[in-house]
Amino acid sequence: MAGPTIDALSQFRLTTGLGPIGRVVNFTNSNEMMLVAVAIIIVLFSVGLRTRSVVPGRLQSLVETLYEFVYGMCIDNIGEEGRKFFPLVFTIFIFILLGNLLGLFPYFFAYTSGIVVTLTMALFVFLFTTGVGFYVHGFRFLKFFVPDGVPGWLLPLLVPIEIISYLSRPVSLSVRLFANMTAGHVMLEVFAGFMILLTASLGVFGAVASIIPLGLNVALIALELLVACLQAYVFAVLTCLYLHDAVHMH
Amino acid sequence: MSGDHEGQSFEKRLAKARDSAGLDRPAREGKPETASDSGAMRLAMRLGVEMVAALVIAVVIGWGLDRLFHTRPWLMIAFVPLGAAAGLRNVFRAMGPERKN
Repeated sequence: MAGPTIDALSQFRLTTGLGPIGRVVNFTNSNEMMLVAVAIIIVLFSVGLRTRSVVPGRLQSLVETLYEFVYGMCIDNIGEEGRKFFPLVFTIFIFILLGNLLGLFPYFFAYTSGIVVTLTMALFVFLFTTGVGFYVHGFRFLKFFVPDGVPGWLLPLLVPIEIISYLSRPVSLSVRLFANMTAGHVMLEVFAGFMILLTASLGVFGAVASIIPLGLNVALIALELLVACLQAYVFAVLTCLYLHDAVHMH
Repeated sequence: MSGDHEGQSFEKRLAKARDSAGLDRPAREGKPETASDSGAMRLAMRLGVEMVAALVIAVVIGWGLDRLFHTRPWLMIAFVPLGAAAGLRNVFRAMGPERKN
């Protein structure tokens, strides 16, 4: 069994970037990719919005489409108050989208494939929406945990269930994004590993046969592009729905 | 006045042209057939995560309370059915009718 093996998980290993300075402050490759993503976003938007023509060019219309897409999402899911939360939702959406898409390039690190990153974002969304709920409704927000039209003797059972359900939001929010990205990257790596294994064990015939995993990988890349955009969308939409709950209660 | 009239006729002609080009069809006639398979898969993933997340939270709460009150393992056992119920609640909420704004 000597020879190449499939090592699908080493791609998620964190290393330090930026040379000796990065090693001292634990600046990881994940942080590097975040900075790259933020730089791309800033450059894209400042360049795309520089012309400000009535009939937009390619770059300007890309930026405007992104803006209007997220804006519509806010208004549709939160209501008119959604305008206030647009900067937050837009930041979350574009940061996750860039992370997912950049991670698909070879040698790039997908920072959304780290549970630490996704859990931090989900916890922030969770604490923020809870804070908004208490800010808007005061202590009446606690009535959120009391379902309507339920006989009083059931409440001691139902209120803990509602609270657990509420507390599970950041977990499901973060695990969903993390699991989707990690699973996609592991699958890509495994199929790529098949090609090496086939060539190493079967020689020329294996090299010819490895066109099958290659084709699968091409199809997988398309699927992963879809998943990358979709998961960013799902995260942003759920943020909107939680904000809707906090603003309107039910 | 004449500008207004012209505007109206332009709107009419535009609507007619859009209609013949099929641009104004109702946008939501249901999801395209091709997306249904991956859509179902995604839904299954999502609902599974929803259920497990509630269970994990319930077990963690039970475990923490057990540590606090030295009642291991009874509170954890008590919280597992609560977590399962909360998971089902999550699933029902995710699958329930769309909420109205």
